[in-house]
Amino acid sequence: MSTPARVTVTPQAADKIRALAARHGPLVLHQSGGCCDGSSPMCLLADELPPGPGDRLLGEVAGTPFYIDADQDRRWGEPEFLIDIQPGAATSFSLEGTDDVHFVIRAPGATENRPEGATS
Amino acid sequence: MATIEKPAVFEAPGHADSPVTLKPRYENFIGGEWIAPVSGEYTDNLSPATGKAFCQVPKSTPADIELALDAAHAAAPAWGRASLTERSRVLNRIADAIDANLEMLGVAESWENGKPVRETLAADIPLAADHFRYFASVIRAEEGSIAEIDGQTMAYHFREPLGVVGQIIPFNFPILMAAWKIAPALAAGNCTVVKPASPTPWSLLKLCELLEDIVPAGVLNVVNGPGAETGRALASNKRIAKIAFTGETVTGRLIMGYAAQNLIPSTTELGGKSPNVFFADIMAEDDEFFDKAIEGLVLYAFNKGEVCTCPSRALIEESIYDEFMPRVLERIGAITQGSPLDPSTMLGPQVSSAQLAKIQSYVEIGRAEGAEVLIGGDRNVLEGELAEGYYHEPTVLKGTNDMRVFQEEIFGPVVSVTTFKDEAQALEIANDTMYGLGAGVWTRDGARAYRMGRAIKAGRVWTNCYHLYPAHAAFGGYKASGVGRENHKMMLDHYSQTKNLLVSYDPKAMGFF
Repeated sequence: MSTPARVTVTPQAADKIRALAARHGPLVLHQSGGCCDGSSPMCLLADELPPGPGDRLLGEVAGTPFYIDADQDRRWGEPEFLIDIQPGAATSFSLEGTDDVHFVIRAPGATENRPEGATS
Repeated sequence: MATIEKPAVFEAPGHADSPVTLKPRYENFIGGEWIAPVSGEYTDNLSPATGKAFCQVPKSTPADIELALDAAHAAAPAWGRASLTERSRVLNRIADAIDANLEMLGVAESWENGKPVRETLAADIPLAADHFRYFASVIRAEEGSIAEIDGQTMAYHFREPLGVVGQIIPFNFPILMAAWKIAPALAAGNCTVVKPASPTPWSLLKLCELLEDIVPAGVLNVVNGPGAETGRALASNKRIAKIAFTGETVTGRLIMGYAAQNLIPSTTELGGKSPNVFFADIMAEDDEFFDKAIEGLVLYAFNKGEVCTCPSRALIEESIYDEFMPRVLERIGAITQGSPLDPSTMLGPQVSSAQLAKIQSYVEIGRAEGAEVLIGGDRNVLEGELAEGYYHEPTVLKGTNDMRVFQEEIFGPVVSVTTFKDEAQALEIANDTMYGLGAGVWTRDGARAYRMGRAIKAGRVWTNCYHLYPAHAAFGGYKASGVGRENHKMMLDHYSQTKNLLVSYDPKAMGFF
């Protein structure tokens, strides 16, 4: 059995990712850090921020790859990520902000929302 | 015997007795006029104190950014040629307008962002005015240079404006961070298109209302809308000559990517996880200085912790921890939360429900990692109309620097505390972070303060103080905290081209052809 992907997604967040992909085309998720909206997963056009040499691919959710900066991942203790969605516009350049919602990361099991499971 | 009266609570914007008038709907500020968004769409603007909408602002699209760029480009030639005397006069008049409207702007900023009015009246708004005055002053003393290459060849260096720049403002200091960006851009002769943060679109418009007759039309333009549309349309635009951004790391990478695509400069300020280091000698006396050091730790709660340089990691020398921490917790326990418009409120609501949720999730993560909650740890539900405000208790987590709550910026009133054995370990922990924006060092030993200050890899090391932001003290990051500096006349370099005239006074040909 292969290693389970470290990123999963709630059904609601998966629906939003698919809707954004239908609207915009291929997407990519990057885990952010730092001030303001730091710590949020950001959903971007795939060709807008291709992964750099310091990025680590943690898995794919709703057909979309999820990356994190490798140093950041190590410093966070390489946790598992559950991507969820909440009301309130993302204030960053993340695409879902236009629909007055924002993606958040949770620790799997820390929420009533059960993950849909990694799709690949 | 005189009684000390508690200062009155300010009425919310729009109330008859409020210093702030309120319209139900605001427009974009473009070309010195109030222009409706092309799409005709608006979005509700909420106050964090109540969680309720209090006005509407444009939900702009890329078309509105183009209108603002049209206005800025139309104004750029004349503003770029304006004498330094004239530019300085305009900047000073902006400062005068801010000063004359201190209470109005302070209350507007407080209602917009949730920061206590005692902070906006004493810090945000006076600092914003001073920032314009600072740049009004330094450009009067600027001069180019002349280099005598040889007896008949001279190199003259002049600053020239870049033209039209784009500037993206964070939500934590909607007016002051706008001042940090707008003042140097205008001082250097540029026109700007500003995109405020989505949760705080309005208070800067209240400032623009004061500037209609002060700033020449098109020199300053403000467009509100979602970052994914308007922010992106501005940052990636071929018609800007520079982009400045304050925010998080992934957008920082995007910004620098757009700048690379368009071959323009960028400056980015991307946050931190700032260490605040307390050496044992602070407790050598129980005096004024020790009292200042206690406050120095509690300053993590300044502006609800929504500060890029929030001293969110407190490193305390092991030998004083047991004595020092109770004094700190006593001070934290005395923090009052309430309406941000109450001058006695020390800690207001977080800027948005999203921020509140993030802070709560980080406290949970900290608990799960084994951090001990020394005080606070929960949302604070207040009474009456504040019941749905985004309040969080001032919180202290005790743990170790390898925990996530020590490594990631929480952007709330949460400090993670740990201990160190000696100076070497203090330095090691202080530098064990991706970021390098701010740091604090507290000690009575000047030589140690100097050693630590030079060895900490951060752009600003407050020594025996914290959270002071005077103009003329450069501010910016090492490592993942961004590229560039603000708050200093060196900003004129970020907002200028260098023109070199290489002039020969020699009548003779070179002799090659």
